[in-house]
Amino acid sequence: MSKKVESNIKAYSNNFTTMTPGPFALALRKNLIWQFIRFIVINIKMIIVVNKSH
Amino acid sequence: MARLVVLGGGVSGHTAATFAAKWLGSAHEVVVVTPNSKWNWIPSNIWVGVGEMSKEEVTFDLAPVYAKAGINYKQAKAVSINPEGTGANEKPFVTIEYTLEGREGESEVVEYDYLINATGPKLNFGATPGLGDANGLGEHTVSVCTPDHATHANEEFQKTIEKMKNGERQKFLIGTGHGLCTCQGAAFEYIFNIEHEINKAGVRDMADIKWISNESFLGDFGVGGLHMKSMGFAVSSKIFAESLFTERNVDWIIGAHVNKVEAGKVSFELLDGSMGEEEFDFSMLIPPFAGVGLKAYGKDGSDITDTIFAPNGFLKVDANYGAGAYENWKASDWPETYQNPTYGNIFACGIAFAPPHPISKPMSSPNGTPINPTPPRTGMPSGIIGKAVAHSICDRITKGENAPLHKASMSDMGAACVASAGKGLFDGTAAAMTIYPVVPDFEKYPGTGRDTDYTFGEIGLAGHWIKHILHHLFIWKAKLKTGWTMIPE
Repeated sequence: MSKKVESNIKAYSNNFTTMTPGPFALALRKNLIWQFIRFIVINIKMIIVVNKSH
Repeated sequence: MARLVVLGGGVSGHTAATFAAKWLGSAHEVVVVTPNSKWNWIPSNIWVGVGEMSKEEVTFDLAPVYAKAGINYKQAKAVSINPEGTGANEKPFVTIEYTLEGREGESEVVEYDYLINATGPKLNFGATPGLGDANGLGEHTVSVCTPDHATHANEEFQKTIEKMKNGERQKFLIGTGHGLCTCQGAAFEYIFNIEHEINKAGVRDMADIKWISNESFLGDFGVGGLHMKSMGFAVSSKIFAESLFTERNVDWIIGAHVNKVEAGKVSFELLDGSMGEEEFDFSMLIPPFAGVGLKAYGKDGSDITDTIFAPNGFLKVDANYGAGAYENWKASDWPETYQNPTYGNIFACGIAFAPPHPISKPMSSPNGTPINPTPPRTGMPSGIIGKAVAHSICDRITKGENAPLHKASMSDMGAACVASAGKGLFDGTAAAMTIYPVVPDFEKYPGTGRDTDYTFGEIGLAGHWIKHILHHLFIWKAKLKTGWTMIPE
């Protein structure tokens, strides 16, 4: 999976200097258990920002 | 009995009007003047634009909601403001022109004690030749700015899917249609929804997808970029955005002022002064925004539009419009109360207020063409400002005209943003971001200008679920259903 993303990089083009996610990072984005945890965390963070803004 | 007139029924105007009606009760009158018969949850237009939602799912009729709230609703557009009245009548008023079916073109004078200008923007398609004209969107590109535009965009998009399935390679060009556009975030979300749908249709290898925008770097988003905390680093949104574009194999052109649109081709000028052209089979380009063109007249009938409105047509408020060069900009330049400095009973909120200057650093090409994003004033800040303005006016009506005004500066306010790709609960992802404050404060937060404890971003299913929840939550809130006041802006 990581090779597929890396293969999008073209030498000395726009995207040559950026970073790309590896297979572990990509898997975490879709992992239901991890994403449920992140869902809780992101919601808490957003609520804090919303409260600071009112 | 005092009368508050709210011009506009979008996110900001609707928030202001509904809270004002709740706080003032039947002792005072709230009037909403908006040319639209429906309320639109604009962020979900993106899903309409790729066929994942219908127009009906992102809109609802305003009339029954305003009837329930006790708001006097006039389906009309505001034409002019007379803040000093006219002749012997010193009562200020607005002149409106009905858009309601059966009363089209009919004029009416609506007197007010307090006025909120929340008209939102004019979608200025005519600023770029070929992008459109004074009547709106042109024939060469599509837009997702309104539900009708998004519906049309999807119809055109589905044609390209069919062509690719039939073996015809297609070029997609998404971004901004002028050097002074804002709302890069909407185009950002749309391009990744396009990519997701093409992937889902199994024809990704038949599509060349390219981004074009007026940002000087990818990830500027009209807020001068941001640094977000990730894996122990303060990471620039440039890295974040470039990584996402690379992952999805989307190329980009930045620092671009699109100066001409023709059938299947845009011409543009870059920040380095060079000129270029890009061909496309399908293109969604966000237009620049301008004020809606309200006029203002003095008591003697003289034109005082320049007194109330900035040259771009947005209403002047308590901002520092004389800050000058970027090096002199301060967070305190940004308005706090949104009160017009000349007429204390006129306020503005949402896109309708004139910002003191951009947030991104102003840039221009060697030819003198300005190419930089203008500041976003949509979404969460728009709602918060609307509520603060309503609070100020309600206090002045109920506690006296010297009641202190409520403050809601974008330099002391955060924003949460979710840009999704796809709509399925398990097959989409989203970039969830918060930014605090929206306008960087380099004195308070040296270096990045923002508090990195509250500025973060990540990609995953979780953000996607939040986007779904926000869609239903904000439509629930806007319909004034049970507990609506508990849902934050």
